[in-house]
Amino acid sequence: MTKNYLKLQFYSLPRNQAFARDAVAAFCLELNPSLSDLSDVKTAVSEAVTNCTVHAYKGNLGIVTVECEIEDDTLHIKVSDTGKGIADVNQAIQPFYTSAPSDERSGMGFTIMQTFMDEFKVNSIRGEGTVVYMSKSFKTEVENA
Amino acid sequence: MNVTGYLKDKVLHINLSGEMDECSSQEARTRCDKLIEDNLNVKKIVINLSEVEFMDSTGIGFLIGRYKKASRLGLPLFVSKPNFAADKILNLSGIYTLIPKAE
Repeated sequence: MTKNYLKLQFYSLPRNQAFARDAVAAFCLELNPSLSDLSDVKTAVSEAVTNCTVHAYKGNLGIVTVECEIEDDTLHIKVSDTGKGIADVNQAIQPFYTSAPSDERSGMGFTIMQTFMDEFKVNSIRGEGTVVYMSKSFKTEVENA
Repeated sequence: MNVTGYLKDKVLHINLSGEMDECSSQEARTRCDKLIEDNLNVKKIVINLSEVEFMDSTGIGFLIGRYKKASRLGLPLFVSKPNFAADKILNLSGIYTLIPKAE
């Protein structure tokens, strides 16, 4: 059984978005993901971390925590912040819903996380923060079968 | 993210290259809009995505923003050659109904 764990903590600076998604992608390489699975993970992490910068901390400096756990062929990812929280999670996860329409936001962040990952869950408490949990299984391809 | 443009047969081609995320999109917006404003007598605009190595939902917002700008100026907008991952996101968003893929 394969088990591995990674925890990253960093400031909610926009330039850390690329760092976070690349670090998670590098971490899950041991699962031999296909390029398409790897790209899905990178995109989902980018969405979750961007939400922390743009919404949770609204441009103020805060701490973003990304935790990853590998369990057999599954990657679990938890992205958490201690920002302002989401008033209505059900509304926030609707495709094209955005709380900031004037900023050219697509409102597709949560939809992408949901579509690209196998499991997706959001817990949020107003004034305390948000936790996004996602997981994806990488089917091992049999070589020379 | 790099933004370059060239004119060919009254078509403004805008090439994007690099990673499109929330961090890089602001500068790309400004540079893209400048190219559009400096070339108002074209008949259409094509945004080439072939060298975009990464794109998240910021790319959707970016393209819709440029679409609105081009529409106000009466110019049709197209995208070309998104890679597999960008194509997946753009398909999911349904953006091709507004901004079709160029040949």
